[in-house]
Amino acid sequence: MGLIEGRFEDNIITTNVDWFINSARAASIWPMTFGLACCAIEMIHAYGAPQMDFDRFGVIPRATPRQSDLMIVAGTLTKKMAPVLRKVYDQMPEPRWVMAMGSCACTGNIYNTYSVVQGVDLIVPVDVFVPGCPPRPEALFYGMMQLQEKIKSGRYVRKPLPDIKETA
Amino acid sequence: MDPFLIIELIKGKFPGEVTGQGSFASQSWAVLGKGRVADICRYLKEDPDIKMDYLIDVTAVDYMPRAPRFEVVYQLHSIKHGHRLRLKVPVEEKDATIQSVTSVWRTANWHERETYDMFGIEFTGHPELRRILMPDDWEGFPLRKDYPIEGPKWTFEPWPEG
Repeated sequence: MGLIEGRFEDNIITTNVDWFINSARAASIWPMTFGLACCAIEMIHAYGAPQMDFDRFGVIPRATPRQSDLMIVAGTLTKKMAPVLRKVYDQMPEPRWVMAMGSCACTGNIYNTYSVVQGVDLIVPVDVFVPGCPPRPEALFYGMMQLQEKIKSGRYVRKPLPDIKETA
Repeated sequence: MDPFLIIELIKGKFPGEVTGQGSFASQSWAVLGKGRVADICRYLKEDPDIKMDYLIDVTAVDYMPRAPRFEVVYQLHSIKHGHRLRLKVPVEEKDATIQSVTSVWRTANWHERETYDMFGIEFTGHPELRRILMPDDWEGFPLRKDYPIEGPKWTFEPWPEG
């Protein structure tokens, strides 16, 4: 796929090809559930329960990073766990996205202590931050829709815009 | 059995080892010297009338400005008789070592590792005294009062090999 990535000018064909690829990606986000703390329980019943029903987005939880597009980091990341998080992220195939779910994953929350990483963006690049302690299911839902918007705005076969280095 | 009776039995069996005792909210404790802690614990476990067969917890307290800085605390419970006793052993900062009671109760293994991890108190005779909660290469002992609460400056190196 690297042969066509970012090589073509904007025209009607490449725009439609990008639209097609991005729609396919946005409609089948398979998250890898990196559950670390209480947010993991919230995440499980947020996208598993029929009220929200993330399945209609094509969100199917995967148990392995090799089959995943999105890593939802749910919970407090400790410094001992940080190398594991990075290793799991590195095992995911590209394109890959990361959602930091909960205040602990976003900023460390109240745990400004010796053992807690002050936000997972110190370890991996994060696309969507969902604050809350824990976030309501609606918030996670909204974060997933924001991620879809981000994916849909990506430029894949088209050359990247001059002022934006990386969009996907 | 009344906890003070147990303390009297310890005093009779190990003269001079009990340096203090007390009670608060119907919880009793004895303060011991650290010389024969393992022997006293073995006696408390194996004596049929005391039979402290359950070691609930081993932990430590840091009373920082005080002269014996640390105090190792053992919470004992007898499932057979239903009585409890707390043992406190003051430990100096210069010589922060104490006998391990792993040979008496095997559950002391991880409790002592945790106490070592958090307070830096070394348990002599422990089979595998290494950190249990913090990463193996961690420096310092986080629950000491002079440890900075936010910890040392920490940066993550994703690819340490380069």
